[in-house]
Parts: sequence; structure tokens; C-alpha cells
Amino acid sequence: MVPLSHYLGLSLLLFVLGVVGVLVRRNLLTVLMAIELMLNAVNLNLMAFSRQLGDLNGQVFAVFVIAVAAGEAAIGLAIIISLFRLKNSVNLDDAAEMKG
Amino acid sequence: MSAALFLFWFLAALVVIGAIGVVVMRQPVHSALFLLLSFLAVAGLFVLAHGEFLAAVQILVYAGGIMVLFLFTIMLVNVRRQEREPFIHRQAGVAVLVGLALYALLGGLLVGEVRRLVATDAGAAADPAKLASVVIGGATVAGNSQAVGWSLYREYFLPFEIASVFLLVAMIGAVVLGKRTMEKVD
Repeated sequence: MVPLSHYLGLSLLLFVLGVVGVLVRRNLLTVLMAIELMLNAVNLNLMAFSRQLGDLNGQVFAVFVIAVAAGEAAIGLAIIISLFRLKNSVNLDDAAEMKG
Repeated sequence: MSAALFLFWFLAALVVIGAIGVVVMRQPVHSALFLLLSFLAVAGLFVLAHGEFLAAVQILVYAGGIMVLFLFTIMLVNVRRQEREPFIHRQAGVAVLVGLALYALLGGLLVGEVRRLVATDAGAAADPAKLASVVIGGATVAGNSQAVGWSLYREYFLPFEIASVFLLVAMIGAVVLGKRTMEKVD
């Protein structure tokens, strides 16, 4: 029997790795991958609590999170392709029109 | 150590190795392959948490769909140009500090909360059979997929429909964004 705290600890580590990935990497593709890591950490949390409480709602929420992740990946990658056509680069630092 | 606990540590190690690989690999293709490892290990953890249906969805949608999208995009954009990216970015030090601070903050909250959970009766896990069966019309139907499907189409019918509209919008948006030819700037 795996304790709840193990799942939460792993999920925390996964989420922080995702945050660090978003901040460290300059390649837009890798940044999007790090966002997927964070979404996976959230799903892991939902599943862990679903198991702990014997409540199916957590699993249903995870289905919706996966649906949103799929839409986000599709739109994000379309934007990356669009940006690549415009700038011939997928580096975040090259997309600085708004002085971000 | 029980078999479930051993499996958990094994899968957890794979998840973390995959996540670290995504962050540190220089080539996006390598990052994508490490991401695949992480997705598959998370699917295994879902099975361990009595979410067989979600594990299947995870493999189909993430490892199947999203991963293919990523690999296609990596092929479409010119990877050779990305080698100019310095491995240690000037923002990296701050980023690691932010990560450590976030880890300490959330970890501190987590430790306090787990202590409280263990102190009360909530520390014990619920009966896994609750997640693997559903009562439909007085009869008990076994299966995690049946239970999730029943909940999805009964209690969460409106959100489910909204999610389908959202996916349609995302699909149309992706097509429009991918098709439009924009004028080059500078």
C-alpha cells in the first residue's frame, strides 16, 4: 500500500521540475514540454486523492485536464510553427516585440 | 517492502529521470523522448492508484497524440539553428532559486498537512472497490472504465460537452494558425 504522502511528494517534485524547465529553457518546444510535465503533476495529485478518498470525481477531473492539455499542445505547437515562419527561430528571446 | 511500494519507487524514479531529461537535454528530440518516458511512467502510477481508464487515456492521448504532435513540430522547424542556444542561460541561476523556493514552500505545506492527515483517520486509504465499480439501475457493474464513464455522462454531462466544443475550437484554431502565411518582419 503506497501512502498518500509519496504521491504528493513525487507530484511536487515533478511540478517544480516543470517550473524550472519553463524558466531555464529558451527553446519554445522544450518550454511547452515542461508545461506538459506540470499538467502531469496535477493529474498525479488528482489521482492520488481520488484513490485516498475513494472518490471518482478526481479521475473525472483528470480526464478534463488531459482534454485541456491536448488543446493547449495543439494550439501551442501551431503558434510555434507560426512564429517559426515569421522569425525563422523558435527561441523565446527572439520573440520580444512586446519587450517581455 | 511490498510489491506495490517497490513498483511505486521504480516508476517514480523513471518519472523523475524523464523530467530531468526534459529540462537538461539540449536537443528538443531528446527532450521529447525523455518526456515520453515520463508520460509512460505516470501512466503506470495511474494504474497503481486504481485508475486503469485514466492510464489508458494517458497513453493514448499523451504518449500517442501529443507526442506525435511534438515530434512533427520538431521535424518542421529547423533544429540545427537551435544549437546556438547557450546551455547555461543567464536566467538559469534565478530559475533554480525560484524552483528551490517553490519546492521548500510547497514541501513545507505538504509535510504539515500529511502529519495532520496521519493524525486523523483520513490517513487510511479508502476501499479501492469504490473506484472499480458503479451501481447502475440497482445492479453493480464492475470496472473502472464503466465507473468513470457513468460519472462522466451523468454528473459531468455539461462539462463534457463544453470540453468537446473546446477541442473543436482548438482544432479550428490550430488549422487557422498553421495555414495562415504571415508577412516577414525585419
